[in-house]
Amino acid sequence: MAKIELKDVRKVYAGNVEAVKGVSLSVEDGAFVVLVGPSGCGKSTLLRMVAGLESISSGTVQIGDRVVNDLEPAERDIAMVFQNYALYPHMTVRKNLEYGLKNRKMAPAEIARRVDEAAKMLEIGALLDRRPGQLSGGQRQRVAMGRALVREPAAFLFDEPLSNLDAKLRVQMRAEIRRLQRRLRTTSLYVTHDQLEAMTLADTLVVLNAGRIEQAGSPMEVYERPASLFVATFIGSPAMNLLPLGEQGIPGLTAPEGLFSRTRPAETLGIRPEHMRVVDGEAPRPEEMRFDLTVSGVEVVGAESFVYGTLPKGGSEIAVRVPGYSHAEPGTPLTAAADTSYLHRFDRETGRRI
Amino acid sequence: MQKAVFPNKLLPYLLLAPQVAITLVFFYWPASQALYQSMLKEDPFGLKSKFVGLQNFAQVLGNPDYLNSVRVTVVFSVSTAVLAMALALFLATAAEKVVRGKGFYRTMLIWPYAVAPAVAGLLWLFMFNPSMGTFAYLLRDAGYRWNPLLDGDQAMLLVVVAAAWKQISYNFLFFVAALQSVPRSLIEAAAIDGASSTKRFWTIVFPLIAPTTFFLLVVNTVYAFFDTFGIIDAVTGGGPAQATQTLVYKVYNDGFVNLDLGGSAAQSVILMAIVIALTAIQFRYVEKRVHYA
Repeated sequence: MAKIELKDVRKVYAGNVEAVKGVSLSVEDGAFVVLVGPSGCGKSTLLRMVAGLESISSGTVQIGDRVVNDLEPAERDIAMVFQNYALYPHMTVRKNLEYGLKNRKMAPAEIARRVDEAAKMLEIGALLDRRPGQLSGGQRQRVAMGRALVREPAAFLFDEPLSNLDAKLRVQMRAEIRRLQRRLRTTSLYVTHDQLEAMTLADTLVVLNAGRIEQAGSPMEVYERPASLFVATFIGSPAMNLLPLGEQGIPGLTAPEGLFSRTRPAETLGIRPEHMRVVDGEAPRPEEMRFDLTVSGVEVVGAESFVYGTLPKGGSEIAVRVPGYSHAEPGTPLTAAADTSYLHRFDRETGRRI
Repeated sequence: MQKAVFPNKLLPYLLLAPQVAITLVFFYWPASQALYQSMLKEDPFGLKSKFVGLQNFAQVLGNPDYLNSVRVTVVFSVSTAVLAMALALFLATAAEKVVRGKGFYRTMLIWPYAVAPAVAGLLWLFMFNPSMGTFAYLLRDAGYRWNPLLDGDQAMLLVVVAAAWKQISYNFLFFVAALQSVPRSLIEAAAIDGASSTKRFWTIVFPLIAPTTFFLLVVNTVYAFFDTFGIIDAVTGGGPAQATQTLVYKVYNDGFVNLDLGGSAAQSVILMAIVIALTAIQFRYVEKRVHYA
């Protein structure tokens, strides 16, 4: 068990391409931190730098009380689960699990104990004598986890471990990873591009964009108070509705007296689809904004529907969550309302929250 | 697969005819001639020949010279194959590590394959000929008694090195491709699992490229058996005292130099059997190709 501490970590590739532009982050002992971001944001590079698979251009990485910048991956006391599992295809599952322990010259009795324990924990006992080629995707995933588990390392590093699984298995393995981590309390750093995975797994969610941390915080903190336009649109599905505020306010939007007088024109307003409702003839409440929309489409998810409408004069498209099944017809007018207390406000120049 | 149907019954046979004709003229005819010849005995003046059955075979197999040639061939082939493969694998792993100019190094390493065997032999002969070779001169200066014209072991060493040198490029190409097909993440996983780079190579990379290694072993053995005539002829001519006379070289020497046509034919029939056996192994292997995935 150990704390992972990154201080102003940078990665510059040949040709002066900066993939990671100064990331400082501290992962508390036993915490589950998820790095999330779009492809190319530097999240995998960052993880590989912690693992020692990628050199660190500047800054320091500390695991426990050691600065590990110049240590080999093997000396960092970490275990990693790879996206493609990276199981050794010519070895049985048991040999795969034993490999890292044998390399460390561990006593055979201890190796056997750890392998049995991991096999029991992951329910792969029956697979120990098979080869990876004979396993299903989900089973391989478990073996990959097992290989990390038997090491009993100071920290687990996960590089998009679920992205090769089908949707159902992914949800199942997600819950299982969470449960294992809670039980073992091993410091974990987890990289994903899937915001749902990030939200459900993380103690601390770190949103990365273009090599920088956009925001770090608990998942609900990030969801409820996105620090920037990028985070606001990246976390949440469908994405937060954005309304660029012009000199004349926003056509089609009626807001309570004085709402916009406090704002500067170069602002973008944001509101999440679930904070909006469809108005069915009732009178407006004083703290409410009203949107005059033309329905452009409906997505029925099952338990809920999303009605999409556009504001007049080529305004933004707005998504409104409707419980159950929506019968809105494309092309018909629709009035939606939202409480102003749910409004997010961003500086359009810097993209930061106001 | 869909069955192609030709409108004319004759057409498919006509289309096949050239290929069949070439095979008949250049393979079956000479092969059957050799088979027939191997059971004949010529009189000393080559005026007439008589049928002797398997007597030529008995003579060949009972001849200590022939058994010596078998031993020479085995030593030569195994040494050449092992040397060519080991060096090629070493070069391929080294080329993997090159960051800049990868393409340049690879191209340079592949070039020797374009050199004809006899020319390759001549190159090595010039370098190591005891009377005019540069390296022979250096070796003698260093106090080493270098004379492949008299010392059979040295002659063997020279032809093995020359033959291996020529085959390294070919092996190198295959090994480079095989090394590239080993997923990087496996090597990274092994690095995290605490394996040193030497250990990673022998426990992860080497087993994973085993199919290529086996394929090359077969190809190299066949090469050393049959395609090295030019090198041996140019460098040692089979000598000294038959120390480098491989089976193929002996066929040529007995048949075309010593004019023992029957005995030479019997030897080539034995060689044919060896080729067939080797090919069978190769096909069997190709069909049951090891798949790791």
